[in-house]
Amino acid sequence: MSHLDYGLKSPPTGIRKLLYLNWPLIVLLAAVSSVGFLMLYSVAGGRIEVWAEPQMTRFAAGMAAMLIIAMVPIWFWRNLSALAYVFALILLIAVEFFGDVGMGAQRWLEIGPLRLQPSEVMKIALVMALAAYYDWLDLERTSRLVWVILPVLLILVPTALVLSQPDLGTSLMLVMGGGIIMFAAGVSLWYFGTVLAIGIAGIWAVLLSRGTSWQLLRDYQYRRIDVFLDPASDPLGAGYNITQAQIALGSGGWAGRGFMQGTQSRLNFLPEKHTDFIFTTLAEEFGFIGGISLLALYTLILAFCIHSALSNKDRYAALLTLGIGATFFLYFGVNMGMVMGLLPVVGVPLPLVSYGGTAMLILLMAFGLVQSAHVHRPR
Amino acid sequence: MRRSPRETLESTRRISRRGLMLGAIQAGTVAVLTLRMRSMQLAHADEYRLLSEGNSIKIRLIPPARGLIHDRNGYLLAGNESNYRVTITREDAGDVASVFAQLRRLIAISDAEAETMLADIRRRSPLTPFTIADRLSWEEFSRIAVNAPALPGITPEVGLSRFYPRAADFAHSLGYVGPVSDFDLGRIEDPDPLLRIPRFQIGKIGIETKMEKALRGRAGIRRVEVNSAGREMRELSRQEGVPGDTLQLTLDYRLQNYVQTRLGTDSASAVVMDVTNGDILAMASAPSFDPNLFVRGISTTAYRALNEDDHRPLADKSVQGLYPPGSTYKMVVALAAMEAGVIEPKETVRCNGYVEVGGRKFHCWRPAGHGNMTLQQSLEQSCDVFYYEVSQRVGIDRISDMARRLGIGLRHDLPVSAVAEGLAPTTAWKKRRYGRDWVVGDTLNSAIGQGYVLTSPLQLAVMAARIASGREVVPRLIRSQNGVEIAPLDAPPLEIAPEYLAAVRAGMEAVVNAPRGTALASRIVTASLRMAGKTGTSQVRNISAAERESGVSANEDLPWEQRDHALFVAYAPADAPKYAVALVVEHGGGGSAVAAPQARDMLLFAMRGGLPPLSDYPENQRTRIQSQHDAMDLVDPDVPPPSASERA
Repeated sequence: MSHLDYGLKSPPTGIRKLLYLNWPLIVLLAAVSSVGFLMLYSVAGGRIEVWAEPQMTRFAAGMAAMLIIAMVPIWFWRNLSALAYVFALILLIAVEFFGDVGMGAQRWLEIGPLRLQPSEVMKIALVMALAAYYDWLDLERTSRLVWVILPVLLILVPTALVLSQPDLGTSLMLVMGGGIIMFAAGVSLWYFGTVLAIGIAGIWAVLLSRGTSWQLLRDYQYRRIDVFLDPASDPLGAGYNITQAQIALGSGGWAGRGFMQGTQSRLNFLPEKHTDFIFTTLAEEFGFIGGISLLALYTLILAFCIHSALSNKDRYAALLTLGIGATFFLYFGVNMGMVMGLLPVVGVPLPLVSYGGTAMLILLMAFGLVQSAHVHRPR
Repeated sequence: MRRSPRETLESTRRISRRGLMLGAIQAGTVAVLTLRMRSMQLAHADEYRLLSEGNSIKIRLIPPARGLIHDRNGYLLAGNESNYRVTITREDAGDVASVFAQLRRLIAISDAEAETMLADIRRRSPLTPFTIADRLSWEEFSRIAVNAPALPGITPEVGLSRFYPRAADFAHSLGYVGPVSDFDLGRIEDPDPLLRIPRFQIGKIGIETKMEKALRGRAGIRRVEVNSAGREMRELSRQEGVPGDTLQLTLDYRLQNYVQTRLGTDSASAVVMDVTNGDILAMASAPSFDPNLFVRGISTTAYRALNEDDHRPLADKSVQGLYPPGSTYKMVVALAAMEAGVIEPKETVRCNGYVEVGGRKFHCWRPAGHGNMTLQQSLEQSCDVFYYEVSQRVGIDRISDMARRLGIGLRHDLPVSAVAEGLAPTTAWKKRRYGRDWVVGDTLNSAIGQGYVLTSPLQLAVMAARIASGREVVPRLIRSQNGVEIAPLDAPPLEIAPEYLAAVRAGMEAVVNAPRGTALASRIVTASLRMAGKTGTSQVRNISAAERESGVSANEDLPWEQRDHALFVAYAPADAPKYAVALVVEHGGGGSAVAAPQARDMLLFAMRGGLPPLSDYPENQRTRIQSQHDAMDLVDPDVPPPSASERA
């Protein structure tokens, strides 16, 4: 922040707004996306037209959308937040009736030539709605039970819809993303502690009851939990992908096997090599250096978001920026944790790198909001 | 919307505090990810690399056993036999040429073969196994297995291969399997991973291809640990696949064998049906071929011989062969005429040996003419003039409509290859096809089953079955799938007045049993089994006026391919129809002399469930029939067929 910035009495207007964009963030986003193009080119066996090219088109479209959104004052978007939430909710309900089940469990909605994943839209719409809610709410009411229940409902309704798709990964992300905003807005830590305690106690009870006379779940449900927690116990089913992914990742070593040299392409058994498991290819071909570089890029994006949020005096803008950063964090954190075998396999893509139109567009549009918040911050 | 500074300040402070806490948590997560990555890629990289390159775990598909095919009584028609083969995987072999040289010391591979194979192997993906030799003897196989450690990339394996125990009898309906070709892969969308297995067999023709989905089954999975040479060290787990469905056909093993044998070496075809439910009991096309040759990879010379044979052994004439039905078509014309009301069953038409229409003479087969003919007599003696006359009254469109109701000129849905549609011509069809108007002469030709009319033996059998039963019997070949019975299709009554059907049936009975019937010699004397039928002789050449003057050449004087086709359709017992048959002998001569006796024997065999007693035949034929029986080499289905290795 230069001296000049503080000297400004009001946010910039017109074309001058371009100068006040968070340019480092844009460069970082482009860099991460380029890593994606490179990897998509590689997993397609050196063909650009399979995945890389459509992905580039989407990136260009997403970038344009981002700039347009960034030019519009943030208070305009704040006033639209509730509408965005309702719109996403309608899409989620619509997908229940008209959606197609694609790969895995995520549901698609076909609107003309567009294939839309309403659950991706909801991730950002929820952040917008919660940020607007806490912007509107009086500060001293933040931790009152009545005013805590309302945002919890805002989170749980779409979560239930997504869970019924059934898409466990996205519904967990919605809960966590929503929880983070509530956390950032200053809801008393007691609530979080209580929920955490109840959750742990519940899981404890379920696991403890196994094999006793008061067993809470049926046997087959326990077996499912086993496989979910330890894919290796079902090596031909759920565990196969993760085993192969870990082998590919681990065998990358320090510097990797070189571009397009990964044996990953041999592992055609991996049905998600261009989507959820794309990080394994990167880690195999570029090794620890490649993996850590991507992680660093992600962390930098996150840091820019947090910095931008903390230096923004507008409450909505700050919460929104924190929330979008957190959502972004959840994307890459869960995805990497998953392919590294730290988390169970739930379908979460690697942001801006995995092949997928909706996630790419929605994320870039979300960063458009971050930019708008940055440009139009109170001076 | 601006807020009061106090609130904004307080809120900003709070958000900053929580935001920093969040940042710390996120930074912690990133640190965990980094540590994990470091541990996997730096500390344990060697282990993973070993897993990936050396002692790695591979998933192998287990091809499922192809579904068995049985006859209606449970006798095996298509099964699977063990097949010893040896494959090479280039990636594991390293130096392919040297491995090859070593292998050639163990099994015989000619220089030329070796060269093309080496070129082939180099062209393929290094990871797909390539089959070097197939159908090895046990000795060769064990020699390779013993020496396997010295042959990197070479895998001796036991697979299943299709086997048809009764080689030629069912070749046409069953078809055969063969290795998946690139052509097949291109044709099939979203191919089953099984198809990627080298030399995996899929149906190429006949029931084998039409029922491919049911017969193939689902692949099993084996997880194996292999060493760096690609050799399996141990099997970690195994999940068996699902074998293909077992099919039970409506065909009767013994009857099919008899029919095929009875057709002999002629270029002929016969279909025997159960008129009560449409079950096809026998569907034969002669001459036949051994489908096992195709499964094993037929030699070029053998294939050329089959392909160039003028008797076309590879064609399934029973459903693909299209013939002018000749006089067997007269029932269609008779029924159409009665239904149109242009003739009464008792009405007579005079036959003078010919009619003249549009300045052209249309001759009866009997130059002197038949005199006054009733409908029954016209069938009995196969008078052509009667049908020339009647067909003009009824018109071609109504005749062809009747033909279709009786199953002619439409494609019956059977799971065999290239079922022909045939043709029941109409005025509109000719206009469309040739751009010319239908003329009366066309109708006259069609009336005696010549001209444009084309039928397959299957369609003729359906016609006979429908006339016999009075119901719209639909032919079928599959009786049950995996033990689940498939109900016969609905056969609603034909909407033809019973008295018209009765008149036609009486005529067909007279053909075989009345003193002047054209097939009297082929009668069955046992009263309860009497046969009703109709002869047909269809010309394949035009008889010129000059030739008619000087006397029509006898068939025996003509070259084979110019002789008439001999046809016969029949059902029995005449009083309570159970079986129908249609038989075509290509260029066989006259229907009564050539086709009728064979059809009778087939019906008798079906009714008696085996070779009929001589008492079923007229007395003066019994000696001849006895010697005919003696000469036949029929199978006993309860004696198992020789296995492949015994035959080899």
